[in-house]
Amino acid sequence: MTPTHDTTPARSNGHAGGSTATATRTPPEPDAAPGRARRTPTRRRGRRGALAARVLVPALTAALLTVLLLSAGTGTVAVSTADALKIVLGHLLPGMPWMSDGSLTTVQDNAVWQFRLPRALLAALAGAGLALAGALMQAVVHNSLAEPYILGVSAGAGVGAVSSIVLGIGAGSLGIGAAAFAGALAATAAVYLLARKNGRIAPQRLILAGVALGALFSAVTSYLTITTDAQNVFSIMFFLLGSVSAATPGHLALPAAALLAAGIFTAFRARALNALLVGDDAAATLGVNVNRLRSSILVTAALLTGAVVAVSGGIGFVGLIIPHIARIIVGSDHRRMLPVAVLGGAVFLALCDLLARTLAAPAEIPLGVLTAMVGAPFFLWLLRRDRAEGTGGRR
Amino acid sequence: MRVDIDGLDVHRGGRRVVADVSIAVPSGTVLGLLGPNGSGKSTLLRAVSGIAAPSAGRVRIDGTDTASLSRRELARRVAVMAQEHSEEFEIPVLDLVLLGRIPHGKGFGRDSDHDIAVAEDALDRVGAGHLAARSFSALSGGERQRVLFARALTQDTPVLVLDEPTNHLDIAHQLELVDLVRGTGRTAMVALHDLNLAARYCDAVGVLDGGRLRTLGPPEDVLGTDLIRSVFGVESTPVAHPGSGRRHFVFDARTPSDTPDPSAPAPDTDHPVPTEEGISTP
Repeated sequence: MTPTHDTTPARSNGHAGGSTATATRTPPEPDAAPGRARRTPTRRRGRRGALAARVLVPALTAALLTVLLLSAGTGTVAVSTADALKIVLGHLLPGMPWMSDGSLTTVQDNAVWQFRLPRALLAALAGAGLALAGALMQAVVHNSLAEPYILGVSAGAGVGAVSSIVLGIGAGSLGIGAAAFAGALAATAAVYLLARKNGRIAPQRLILAGVALGALFSAVTSYLTITTDAQNVFSIMFFLLGSVSAATPGHLALPAAALLAAGIFTAFRARALNALLVGDDAAATLGVNVNRLRSSILVTAALLTGAVVAVSGGIGFVGLIIPHIARIIVGSDHRRMLPVAVLGGAVFLALCDLLARTLAAPAEIPLGVLTAMVGAPFFLWLLRRDRAEGTGGRR
Repeated sequence: MRVDIDGLDVHRGGRRVVADVSIAVPSGTVLGLLGPNGSGKSTLLRAVSGIAAPSAGRVRIDGTDTASLSRRELARRVAVMAQEHSEEFEIPVLDLVLLGRIPHGKGFGRDSDHDIAVAEDALDRVGAGHLAARSFSALSGGERQRVLFARALTQDTPVLVLDEPTNHLDIAHQLELVDLVRGTGRTAMVALHDLNLAARYCDAVGVLDGGRLRTLGPPEDVLGTDLIRSVFGVESTPVAHPGSGRRHFVFDARTPSDTPDPSAPAPDTDHPVPTEEGISTP
């Protein structure tokens, strides 16, 4: 027997045992045929997220436009929703007859175009930006607790804004915004450099560095707040809690530009972000340069967050929860999840702002308070529903 | 495509885990890598896949040094099935398999019908077509292995790198998987723990011990009682299969020794074995 072995190559060895192997392998074979027959329903079910995304993107866009219009028509100066639409269209399209026939007053025009619309748009931009930044952070640090502020961005912005208020550098809200943006950039750069080792960024180290630096910055902010004049404290709290109430058209440019740039940049990396879902090594073997992707996405998310925080303060909750809601509904494929999260964040925050200034009118509920009060129950309901479905055998 | 490994050294955590390994794998052949835990099999495969950077030596695929290839170019040549998965976010099986199309596609593009057809075909081939809509994290260990292999097939590369692909698989699926590897006709490098399985399916086997290549050649020339004793620390007896007459090894006992070897000698691949990083070779 043995001599036969030494001359028989391994490949024919495999064939020699073929009869036994085939016999053993019979069970899985009948499976293959029904698998093929079932293909169409399988694909449909597997792509259920794709269908949801195809419905949600236009639906959310319509919802966003509706909320913006409702916002423009709601407030102390009486303007009907139809008139609000006329005013907005009149400013966007030249030569509309109703703009010059005296049917709309200057007060109405100002209320809609100078105050309400910028405010609603800023809320939408902030919501969209924070949701996108949060989704990106969660993907690149492999952590579902990650949010836009994880790199200490908001704490850095807080120090910048509070310093500006306390020291009186830069007058007006745009000056505070500039200081906040500078603070956010400084914090991001510090965390990034601290988390970098041998040219690599380790997600865990990044989170820890962000938390530690955030605590340091918060301490500075608290100290500045407690030692400053009483009249400054209100401005400080206003910024720290987050608000879009002081919005003017001038506030919109920075977050809009940041959102557009970040959106385009990530659109070309959505597939690579998907690969990152299964781990760094696996992503690398799928052709993704993990280090470069992680660094560039972190910088993108941090700049976007900084741009939003600079004009609207530290609005919490949106960046953490909206990406999860999007994931629960359309799945974790970033090609579907990112557009839904961006639109969802915009609708959610614009709606919250509308509620914030109407529910307790003429008083205003702080936006950060409302986002949590509206968002948390909805998220918990969705979480429970999904959990129940999962335990009952998903699909 | 042929794979040539020349004088490869790989360090991990400051330790030389692969030392001066040279192996040539001719096009379309299956190379089995054998060796106890911590012998450097996984690290060698990581270097071939481009995840671990060699500190000396080089890996060439069809004559091209892999160090000169971009990640994407390498991913079109080498598909990897390893013991990994992050479970932070849920992902449906079909989506996971479709990730194998990334090196062939664009950043934001939809999965084309061709991509989906390739992925579904790969799932069918590994007998996992019915799992397409399930969540990957809800699968059993054996089902996961098959799905990960389907992803490697979907990547459509001439070279396959498989790190203990038969882990967690029942006996039927073990045989099916190694048959599939053979049936693809691709060049494959496979780390295995089952010596008899390796002997039966590999064109050549390389035996690693302490990061060095002990021996390389056709399984029937390489595998023997002496080698198994010195590398794995296990006494074995060769027996002939009553039907085919092929040689099998029956494992008798651990070789008595003053310095106990921490490595698990078992050919038992159903058992989760500690990964190489966890154990240091004395």
